Amino acid sequence: MAAFSLKINGKIKKVDVDPSTPVLWVLRDHLDMQGTKYGCGIAQCGACTVHLDGNAVRSCQLPVSAVGKASITTIEGLSEKGDHPVQKAWIEHDVAQCGYCQSGQIMSAAALLKSNPNPSDQDIEVHMSGNICRCGTYLRIKEAVKSAAKK
Amino acid sequence: MNNNNKTTLDRRSFLKASLMSGGGMMLTVSWLSSFKSADEAQGLTLPEQGPQLNGYIQIMADNRIKLICPNPEFGQNVMTSLPMILAEELDVEWKNVTVEMGPHDSVKLGPQFTGGSNSVRMYWKPLREAGAAARQMLREAAAQTWNVPVGEVTTKAGTLYHSSGKSAKYGDMASKAATLPVPKDFQLKAPRDFTIVRKPKKNVEGKKIVTGKPLFGLDYRVDGMLIAMIQHPPAFGMKLKSFDAAESLKMPGIKDVFSLKLYEDGFEQGGFDTRTFNELLVVVGNTTWEVMNARKKLVAHWEAAGEVKDTMSGRSGKREVIIPGALESTNTQLEKMQEYAKKPAQQLRKDGDPETAFKNAAQVIERTYNAPFLAHNCMEPMNFFAHVTDEKALLAGPLQAPGWTEPTLVKLLNLPADKIEIQMTRMGGGFGRRAYGHYLSEAALISKKVKAPVKLMYTREDDMTYGIYRPMYTATYRAALDADKNLIAFHVKGGGIPEHAIHANRFPAGAVDNYLAEGWQIASNITIGAFRAPRSNFNAAAEQSFLDEVAEAAGKDPIEFRLALLKRAKENPVGKNNEYDAGRYAGVLELLRDKSGWNKPGNEKYSRGVAAYFCHNSYAAHVVDMVTREGQPYVERVFSAMDCGIVVNPDAATNMVQGAVVDGIGNAFYGALTHKDGVPQQTNFNNYRMIRHNEAPKRIEVYFVENDLDPTGLGEPPFPPVFGAVANALYKNKGRRFYNQPFQPDFEKAI
Repeated sequence: MAAFSLKINGKIKKVDVDPSTPVLWVLRDHLDMQGTKYGCGIAQCGACTVHLDGNAVRSCQLPVSAVGKASITTIEGLSEKGDHPVQKAWIEHDVAQCGYCQSGQIMSAAALLKSNPNPSDQDIEVHMSGNICRCGTYLRIKEAVKSAAKK
Repeated sequence: MNNNNKTTLDRRSFLKASLMSGGGMMLTVSWLSSFKSADEAQGLTLPEQGPQLNGYIQIMADNRIKLICPNPEFGQNVMTSLPMILAEELDVEWKNVTVEMGPHDSVKLGPQFTGGSNSVRMYWKPLREAGAAARQMLREAAAQTWNVPVGEVTTKAGTLYHSSGKSAKYGDMASKAATLPVPKDFQLKAPRDFTIVRKPKKNVEGKKIVTGKPLFGLDYRVDGMLIAMIQHPPAFGMKLKSFDAAESLKMPGIKDVFSLKLYEDGFEQGGFDTRTFNELLVVVGNTTWEVMNARKKLVAHWEAAGEVKDTMSGRSGKREVIIPGALESTNTQLEKMQEYAKKPAQQLRKDGDPETAFKNAAQVIERTYNAPFLAHNCMEPMNFFAHVTDEKALLAGPLQAPGWTEPTLVKLLNLPADKIEIQMTRMGGGFGRRAYGHYLSEAALISKKVKAPVKLMYTREDDMTYGIYRPMYTATYRAALDADKNLIAFHVKGGGIPEHAIHANRFPAGAVDNYLAEGWQIASNITIGAFRAPRSNFNAAAEQSFLDEVAEAAGKDPIEFRLALLKRAKENPVGKNNEYDAGRYAGVLELLRDKSGWNKPGNEKYSRGVAAYFCHNSYAAHVVDMVTREGQPYVERVFSAMDCGIVVNPDAATNMVQGAVVDGIGNAFYGALTHKDGVPQQTNFNNYRMIRHNEAPKRIEVYFVENDLDPTGLGEPPFPPVFGAVANALYKNKGRRFYNQPFQPDFEKAI
């Protein structure tokens, strides 16, 4: 066990966990932040996507010991009132079916638009292909990303 | 899963109103509605006895309308569509409607079964009646208060009006209305007067989803909750022999390691009590990561389970089933299927004299189709929370069929049903998998053993390698053409491990004078379960590919070929018990032909494949437009035509169809769960290929046949014909036919 001081959604959170613990489980089990989802545990599905200093990373493969001073943003901290342009676009396009993968999809999309405010269809496909949606809402995700890009 | 029950229950409707402590009106609606149980084909069949359905409508004093949603939500958007139906007849403003998921309560809320594309279909009439009856009671209350004839009281969007200028909000009249007798006769709206139904409404949980609220089973937590995982045997046909937990127990955060029997010997299993492994090796600890790590330190010894005798409950009493013990491999399974395909099979339907027709045919076409086991791969792996004490049990998690799980818990926990509370969380996908509640039963027994609240969690690997797959299927089709290229006989012989997929009474049965359907099956220790449109998901693939080939041999356009057969089935049907409506089936094909510009210029760049299918009471047809992209076949565009009667929530319905198309393309191209010596060869998304963003079509245009028929489901019907349309487009793209799913390894071979 070791003590870690993490900057998550702008606040400092202290946890005492095994250094190998993935950020995913620190969030879910130790900080009771359930928005970041477990899907595969091997960085193949993207359900656990969070931002590390603004970049999309798979939190299931990110040991807490590797975070250091970097700041983590989760779906709970993407916006204060759930009104990030990507979140709004998701509602506008009524993207979700079961909804389980969508926080990961949204975090991936938000990171894309931060680095590339006007992505082409291909940019979106390349960036988002690490996020599986078992319900098959890919078309709406793409439309929502394009809508959000305009705002 | 076999259930030939097609009973139509007489409708006996009654409603009860009661006052709520908060001053609102609660209308309890219960009925035996005009509910037809699904046919045997649907897999997710309903209990033999007609379920009594109930719903709660609450009209709060502040004019809000609350509906307790009885059916668990797994992405079909039932939490939105069901309240829309209610709000329509109640005549309230949609923005005043709130929805809550109900707990499991078989007395008040009926079977609460999500599956078989039945939610909207089952609740359509009852919810309309509930809304209309409540509206009538509110009008009556206003009439009495204002001392005017009830016929003069009108409603609009949650407000009562009288021509004298009087008006009142529903909330103001709710308490009085609740004291009035429930009307026996009330008028339902004509579909042309709908203002909510047929108008797109956004997912009522949309905001919660995009902000990461804890909606799902895996998100469920209570103080002092422990995490449990099960180490299951590495192969189907194996069981636990012994284990050494010493190293695991030394790991931090670990509370206990033990083995536990799920079902005692002779336990009578219901149809949805399927379980692959009975002896559970369990690790319990404080946190997920600690339990994952401790589980790796387990020293477990496994042995061949041998033949296993299971006791199944059934309509005609209990029966014993022998589960074979062999460690199966995909190649030996295929060989065995080929061998069985040559043997005599069970006759499922026969019309005319197929033997003679085939003998006299000018041309006989025979083709065999194969498809592998498929894993459901719900994004949220199986999990359940349980807190079981000597007195009671609380369970919470993702579950499609709580009504069938509760009796199992009663037996396993030795608690009365009223001491067992089941809460259904939003499901991260279901697809049929969560109709099988073994993981809930496991969680309950683990909680009872460790005397603590426990969340049982399956990792992705646990989930994918556990079983309860879509069966492995094969079917051989034969068609006889006469000298004028007319289809004079049709024969299908289907088999599967451990069950076949044949729907003997579906198209083209009814359209061909001489028809024969047969089926056979091979027992296996690889467990299976309903998978989005059970059986149909293979039938549509095989049959619709075959019809494409027969149409070509007959020199006919594939759509016109089908339409001619459907014309025959409509005007002069062959045989009895044809399940489909030939007119509606033709209707989706005609709509699709028009919308897709079939045979019209402008589509030359595409390899076009068409397919149609009827299942779960709805009709679906697709045109798949394929191109070659970077040397690979790619479905760039799809046109879909559906007939599910009235479309309650059009935009959500479109989403559902689009999702089914993507799911169908993915599974047709990539889906496969194979075995070697009983060991599943796919364990996670690195080796079980799922369709991704870049592989989804750029456009999926969805069209609905417009009619005023009572609505039927959409979760399953659009899925099966996608496979056939993909296969037919691949033929155009590659110049040869594809008979074996998944198609992708096959076309890669050819490059």
